Amino acid sequence: MPALSSRWEPDANGRFGITEDSDGFGGRFVPETLMAAVTQLEAVYATARQDRAFWTELHDLLKHYVGRPSPLYHAKRLSERTGGAQIYLKREDLNHTGAHKINNTMGQILLTRRMGKQRIIAETGAGQHGVATATAAAVCGMACVVYMGAEDIRRQKLNVFRMELLGTRVVSVESGQKTLKDAINEAMRDWMSTSEHTHYVIGSVMGPHPFPQMVRDFQSVVGKEARAQSLAMAGKLPDCVIACVGGGSNAAGIFAPFLDDESVKLVGVEAAGEKLVEGRHAATLSAGAPGIIHGMRTYVLQDHDGQTLPVHSVSAGLDYPGVGPEHAYWKEAGRVEYVHADDDAALAAFTLLCETEGIIPALESAHAIASAVERAKTMAPEHMVIVNLSGRGDKDVVEVGRLLKRYVGDS
Amino acid sequence: MVASRIEAQLAASRPHGALLPYFTSGFPDVAATAEFVRRADRLGVAAVEIGIPYSDSIADGSVIQSSFHAALAGGHRLQHTFDMVTQLRSTISCAIIAMLSYSMVHRLGLRRFMEEASRVGFDGVILPDVPVEESAPTSKAAQDAGLSYIGLVAPTTSPARLRATVAGSSGFVYQIATAGTTGERTSLADTLKSETAALRELTTLPICAGFGVSTADHVREVCGFADGAIVGSALVRRIQEGTNAGLGASALADSVQRTLEDLISGTQPSRDRSE
Repeated sequence: MPALSSRWEPDANGRFGITEDSDGFGGRFVPETLMAAVTQLEAVYATARQDRAFWTELHDLLKHYVGRPSPLYHAKRLSERTGGAQIYLKREDLNHTGAHKINNTMGQILLTRRMGKQRIIAETGAGQHGVATATAAAVCGMACVVYMGAEDIRRQKLNVFRMELLGTRVVSVESGQKTLKDAINEAMRDWMSTSEHTHYVIGSVMGPHPFPQMVRDFQSVVGKEARAQSLAMAGKLPDCVIACVGGGSNAAGIFAPFLDDESVKLVGVEAAGEKLVEGRHAATLSAGAPGIIHGMRTYVLQDHDGQTLPVHSVSAGLDYPGVGPEHAYWKEAGRVEYVHADDDAALAAFTLLCETEGIIPALESAHAIASAVERAKTMAPEHMVIVNLSGRGDKDVVEVGRLLKRYVGDS
Repeated sequence: MVASRIEAQLAASRPHGALLPYFTSGFPDVAATAEFVRRADRLGVAAVEIGIPYSDSIADGSVIQSSFHAALAGGHRLQHTFDMVTQLRSTISCAIIAMLSYSMVHRLGLRRFMEEASRVGFDGVILPDVPVEESAPTSKAAQDAGLSYIGLVAPTTSPARLRATVAGSSGFVYQIATAGTTGERTSLADTLKSETAALRELTTLPICAGFGVSTADHVREVCGFADGAIVGSALVRRIQEGTNAGLGASALADSVQRTLEDLISGTQPSRDRSE
């Protein structure tokens, strides 16, 4: 069961970090039609959160189906090449379906069953969350529809077929920029007319309360394991934990169990895309401002009128113009430092990890690797840095080959 | 307290029920939108809703979404809507209501937005993505600025939430007729009449229904038990079709006027409000 000190938990309206001077972040900015579903989920999750049987069942699935715990691996050759702190990798890439996303979808599918609903919907950008949701639906025998931007479908054909093999219907979203944010809009619209029998499995620590808190709880298994593994392997806590941030679920998952360990520096890495040029990056916390998007008050990349700005990153999983509200709180509270790595740095880190460790990382995770290498260089060899290797890079190899002009596929 | 223009207009329409047309601001351009509003006013509508385009409107179906994207692609800015309303206000008598995402209000600053909206001549505001839990500051800021704050209730709204929403509302209460996004429907839910009756028990404010109200028959049905019918997507689709067909400004306005006349025929000159 999740246990954080109360200052890290949201209030009854799902606001993180609310004070006399601050409106806090989070909340529930969704159409009235969705509030019945949102409050139902809140009540069901509040009960499940205190129910040992729920966590036992989830733990069982994570162990025998997902393959947890994932290893904490001392990347010695990468550390040597870097010449500084010891770099450890939390191997979420070794989970079933190849990323951390499944930790959340298994939790939400159990809640769906508790609510007596038979259909789930989800959004996906790169396809990782879509595949993890389709997998959860298949193993629990539920109907599943995944919304995916037409542009992302074009870029991630293999993941579309993967979802279809798992029995999911993938709906192409033709509105707006035809990417992740538009897929979220479309999934919410579906939910407005179907919530009686449908649960919306949001894929990150975002959306209206209780999603940010709930998804963080489900992903916290990553940080809990990493913390225990660090103590067991090195006899101490790490000096620094680093994770990439798009919506922010892998980062929230690995950070949360370390929040009260003040000696542990926490670093979130956003996608600077093409050198932080407006419209060509996705570094929401670094370059955005507080606003409202997708049901939450958080940092947003938007223009003077509040219109969402276009975003870009070499990694489709990071190009989101908002960010989980808890990250906005951690930024303002000064608990987490948010930095950014651009497309070129991520590509260089991608090949570096392949060559030094025989691990092909997801391009999302490569942003965290890039930042970790820079930081480790400034630290002494007895220091320890944990990087959340949130996913494997099989999905990205064709795109990387194209960008590095080293491989041209069939098409 | 002096009755607001919205309440006064709805009261004047009470014998037959009111039509509240919705137009997307800046679609196909603000001059056209202003002309649609003037035509609607000349036909005697109680109020118009001006939908202010937003890039990521969750509550809207495909017709209004695409009008938003077209307006934004054409360079529409919030200031253009404000300028349009400034010019319209002195020349028309119907109430003017802004409907927009809270994302835009928050960006400008809650107080500043409400004061500016009131100053240019809006009479009320509808924020479809602010549920009652979040509405205390928005409702207060609107009413402090002299704007009616129109809360929304849905078929899925619990009795406790109905009460809270009504308590924070002024002008009228927006009864969402269909569980879903905006957009035309072939028929209205059977439960709409009883939902409106249940709401009537809780408030003396007028009740207007929208989302899915698409035809003169729907307007007639809604005006049988509610105070007004709100029609958006059907009008916006007509504008879209006219634009796609290459209609000039006056031909487009004529086409919209014919649709408005048809919809107004659904209001009931002889209805009995005593039931």
